[in-house]
Amino acid sequence: MQKVIEVKNLTKKFKELTAVNNLDLNVYSGDIFGFLGPNGAGKSTTIRMLTTLINPSSGTIKIFDKPLKQKRNEILRKVGAIVEKPDFYGYLSAYKNLEILGQISGCDTSNKRIMEILETVGLEKRAKSKVKTFSHGMKQRLGLGQALLHDPELIILDEPTTGLDPQGMKEIRELIIYLAKEKQKTIFLSSHILAEVELVANRMIIINKGATVVEGMVQDLLNASQLKVSFEIDEIEKAKILLAETQWKKKIESFGDYQILFLLEKEEISPLNKFLVEQGIGVHSIVPKRSLEEYFLHLTEKGA
Amino acid sequence: MYTLVKIELYKIFRKWRTSIGFAAIGVLVPVIQIAMYFQGEHYLQFITRNFSDNFVFVGNLLNGYLIAYFILGSLTIHIPFLIALVAGDLLAGEATAGTYRMLITRPVSRIKLVSAKFIAGLIYTNLLVLWLAVISLGVGIMIFGIGELIVFKDAIIIFAQNDILWRFAFAYAFAALSMSVVCSLGFLFSSLVENAIGPIVTTMTVIIIFTIFSAINIDFFRTIKPYLFTNYLSTWHLVFDDPVNYDEIIKNCLVLTGHILGFFGITLFLFKRKDILT
Repeated sequence: MQKVIEVKNLTKKFKELTAVNNLDLNVYSGDIFGFLGPNGAGKSTTIRMLTTLINPSSGTIKIFDKPLKQKRNEILRKVGAIVEKPDFYGYLSAYKNLEILGQISGCDTSNKRIMEILETVGLEKRAKSKVKTFSHGMKQRLGLGQALLHDPELIILDEPTTGLDPQGMKEIRELIIYLAKEKQKTIFLSSHILAEVELVANRMIIINKGATVVEGMVQDLLNASQLKVSFEIDEIEKAKILLAETQWKKKIESFGDYQILFLLEKEEISPLNKFLVEQGIGVHSIVPKRSLEEYFLHLTEKGA
Repeated sequence: MYTLVKIELYKIFRKWRTSIGFAAIGVLVPVIQIAMYFQGEHYLQFITRNFSDNFVFVGNLLNGYLIAYFILGSLTIHIPFLIALVAGDLLAGEATAGTYRMLITRPVSRIKLVSAKFIAGLIYTNLLVLWLAVISLGVGIMIFGIGELIVFKDAIIIFAQNDILWRFAFAYAFAALSMSVVCSLGFLFSSLVENAIGPIVTTMTVIIIFTIFSAINIDFFRTIKPYLFTNYLSTWHLVFDDPVNYDEIIKNCLVLTGHILGFFGITLFLFKRKDILT
């Protein structure tokens, strides 16, 4: 499979601070690549280097098999990006903002094309509204619109669902999947929310303190990890007694008034649920809790 | 490049701060003209008081040319401020708004983007000076009519009616060149920071300090005076000499052009290496 992004030994230092430290990553054609890490891990700095906003201190970046430094314009013609929060010229309309950005990129800025993009991101009715009147969510959508305007092959999205309501987040996720599956785009998706990446990405990397913690296929990585799972049940005291006599005892993390928190492998959830139900205990909900931080801690503990 | 400059001009002229410059001149100059309409004779008597015993001044001396000359001289501090207001915002304004990220991730080199902004800034500067010319000279002539131009320098110089317009044409051209230096200085400061207020204030501070240095009559300041660009901002005055010292004018123009290119070159050098962190 063709490599779309190839990063080798990428380092960025700001005086004493090393924001990105010898980072290696590879993104392949057709990937939805999750780029994960806690806040301050170096995700945005990496994305800024991928989009030429900042210069690397050392290391190489190749996009479409060409060196970014030497072939910048040629490469950026095929890249669309949202870097951090999308900001626009607030005194201009959404339409005019897209028109200007399209003209700078040298792409099709016909009325048909711009309206098509605005429809894709659900802003066609606000085409003539000044961007300063937009909510954060609307700006995020417009940000996605400008990233798609020149029909790029690679789309770099830096936390694209930040500030969106659940419906908006769902729509963006669906759009990302649509772009990858139907339009054959390669997506580089940065996030600090593991669940978001889990829902859309096929491959991912987790970084911390600017360096790689783990990289691989999403399913392989997540299946290899344990989950914190909260079981909401109706007879907590009875459950305590029953569980104390079984193998599940050592899986218990804590008890609440109505919940028991277990630390489980993914495939253990169903047998435990079956056991509780067979013992006559009503299970009202099963909620897996796997935050990036917990997953990250889990990985580092395993490494240690 | 043409498209980029067109876009930058569109952005400049859609901003509220741009109209401040044109509105300020559009208000300030007519106010001066109205004041001169009612009090101009007193002003003329005041400036000719030392000569009135020996000379008899006849004809329409309080005419559009004199008013335009007076306004051109009195606005050399105000116009730089109006220019710094826009030039200081050209790059820093993108940083403040966060729009650098959209701009610089486009497939256009930073050199082209910065050059387009600079050219747009120069066009704004020249249009502002042109506006000043139209309002002060054009409207001045309509209100006060034409006549001979009396200029007080080391001696009294009186220019015949048919010897004035070309001088004004060159004076405004030199004023535009001088103001382009202010624009390029504001643009340079604008590339260094993420907020437009800093470059505006810094540009004006530099101009005011250098102007004060130029005016202090002490040996030390006289020595450094030739190296201060503010010393050359009043080159337009030289076309109202008789005879005109063309060598001096050419030298001054080269110094001003050198400053424009120098400030722009430094801006390009710095911006090409700048990390966009906003």
